[in-house]
Amino acid sequence: MTAVPTEQRPRLDRSRDQRVVAGVASGIARHLGIPALRVRIAFVVLLPLSGLGLLLYAAFWAVLPLQARTADVGQRRNFMHLLPFIAIGLGLILVQTLAFGFGALGVTGLAGWLVAIIAVGAGIIWHESDPERRRQWSETLPRVPWLGAVVDESDRRAFLLRFIGGGVLVAVGIIGVVAVYSPAENFGAVINGILFALVGLAGVAVVAGPVLWRTYNQLRAEREGRIREQERAELAAMVHDQVLHTLALIQRNAADVKSVQRLARGQERSLRNWLYKPVASPTERFAAALEQAAAEVEDTFAITVETVVVGDRDTDERVGALVAAAREALVNAARHAKVQTVSLYAEVEPDQLSVFVRDRGAGFDPSTVGDHRHGVRGSIIGRMQRHGGRATIISEPGDGTEVRLFLPTARDSVTAGKDGS
Amino acid sequence: MTDSEAPRRLRVFLVDDHAMFRAGVRAELGVHVDVIGEASTVSEAVNRIAATEPDVVLLDVHMPEGGGRAVLDAMRRTHPHVRFLALSVSDAAEDVIGLIRAGARGYVTKTISPDELAAAIRRVAEGDAVFSPRLAGFVLDAFAARPDAPVADPELDQLTNREREVLRLLARGYAYKEIAKELFISIKTVETHVSNVLRKLQMSNRYELSRWAADRRLV
Repeated sequence: MTAVPTEQRPRLDRSRDQRVVAGVASGIARHLGIPALRVRIAFVVLLPLSGLGLLLYAAFWAVLPLQARTADVGQRRNFMHLLPFIAIGLGLILVQTLAFGFGALGVTGLAGWLVAIIAVGAGIIWHESDPERRRQWSETLPRVPWLGAVVDESDRRAFLLRFIGGGVLVAVGIIGVVAVYSPAENFGAVINGILFALVGLAGVAVVAGPVLWRTYNQLRAEREGRIREQERAELAAMVHDQVLHTLALIQRNAADVKSVQRLARGQERSLRNWLYKPVASPTERFAAALEQAAAEVEDTFAITVETVVVGDRDTDERVGALVAAAREALVNAARHAKVQTVSLYAEVEPDQLSVFVRDRGAGFDPSTVGDHRHGVRGSIIGRMQRHGGRATIISEPGDGTEVRLFLPTARDSVTAGKDGS
Repeated sequence: MTDSEAPRRLRVFLVDDHAMFRAGVRAELGVHVDVIGEASTVSEAVNRIAATEPDVVLLDVHMPEGGGRAVLDAMRRTHPHVRFLALSVSDAAEDVIGLIRAGARGYVTKTISPDELAAAIRRVAEGDAVFSPRLAGFVLDAFAARPDAPVADPELDQLTNREREVLRLLARGYAYKEIAKELFISIKTVETHVSNVLRKLQMSNRYELSRWAADRRLV
């Protein structure tokens, strides 16, 4: 029901999928880019003018072609939709007859007016509670569809006005009918009238209630089914886009152990994230940034980085520097240690962040590293010092290496727990 | 069936609903231990474990009919001497901690190498706990997330500083031997600390458990 841009206005034809009678009104509405309801109301309003609305409708019906059949043929025509318009139309015709025709005076005339009021009111109520609108309610507010009736998207005040207005019309009409046919001057008769009106409304509720309830249940079941189907489709798309492609690549690169490991590891990581992890932005959260750095190193060097992060916090420039230093330590381990697995442990403590990168690889003697080697001195130690932290590197040839990074933090900026709530 | 003979081969039982995986583990472990049985469902596992009484059960987490948790719940009371090692593809915190709380003596992921798995089985059979770095991280997270929150029974629910240190080193990828060297304690002491952590996890009161779950929006 959204407005259609003028450039690609749909051609004027009879709608197949949103029709109530023959799809004329919704076809015109789609062409003009306005809600079909307005067109329908226009037809109904024109009805009393010697049946002009009906004539126009018939003319359009005869002239307009039926919309071309598309793949998504909509729901079947629902005669329930027709009822409000019939009721409103009847009411209007009655009003017109009473106003301009015979017998505008007397008891019969008054009763006629009241019946007209009832018809219009009932039509409005019925229209407000038709299944399509109920579906809209339950879609905007899945948990509390009944609330959706009150706080509907745009025109909730108009809706309330119409709904209550319709109800008042019906009540007034019924009371009137009772009052007219039992012309008593005393107050008791009015009370009786009101009671009968309430009984009448209760009767309507008893009749309409089960139908509406069943419709609602049907819609809910349908919606659940649709959600399940959507989830399945999402899973299928993910498996197709990632898993199947990775498996195909692995088959083609079966001889190349390095790239098979890289592919398998990358796929495992992405599936794990998809299955178990809430997504956090690496630019905002410390843990996510570290995990992303570890993932990049895993992908580049075809090693496994066992990442364990305890606690989490927001990042800032200094935390970013810490992550960059950790990344450099991981890269060094991947390049020089000649191992398959590197451990990355990070902990958010109340007063500092600590990161440990450890491998059990070749190791080296830190005192023999030349001054011209900038990787360790500049990217790790220097960077940590510039941002008020410190870095220690413990390594012995043959016994692996551990890089320890510490960054003091203000206590208030720490948020404990994974989700940082 | 007693532990009197020292060089006895361990009797291991496999519970996993994936036949491929069972076959793979059986082939890999065959040289280290005796795989005396397999089961693919919870009810089959409960019956066969009761009948065969293995030393260690390798237990998958995600299975139909309630998963490894259901097997543990059914066996813990009646067969306290059977030890369970969770072996899962999932390393989600709730799976790991959930199984440990239900009584598993350790938790390793299926990417573990066969030698490491055999070592883990041996440790579990000897009554020790097997903590992967990731599991240590989860435990630290669970116990440290809200340090100021009131605790009903501090003796039971809080980790001592020493235990925390041991867990940190475990999470950093240290082996027990290396932890012992780092903290100037014996390997036996390290094992005691780790076992205590495991005991505290299993015995933590309901309050702690529900808080832990609520923190992670599991409930």
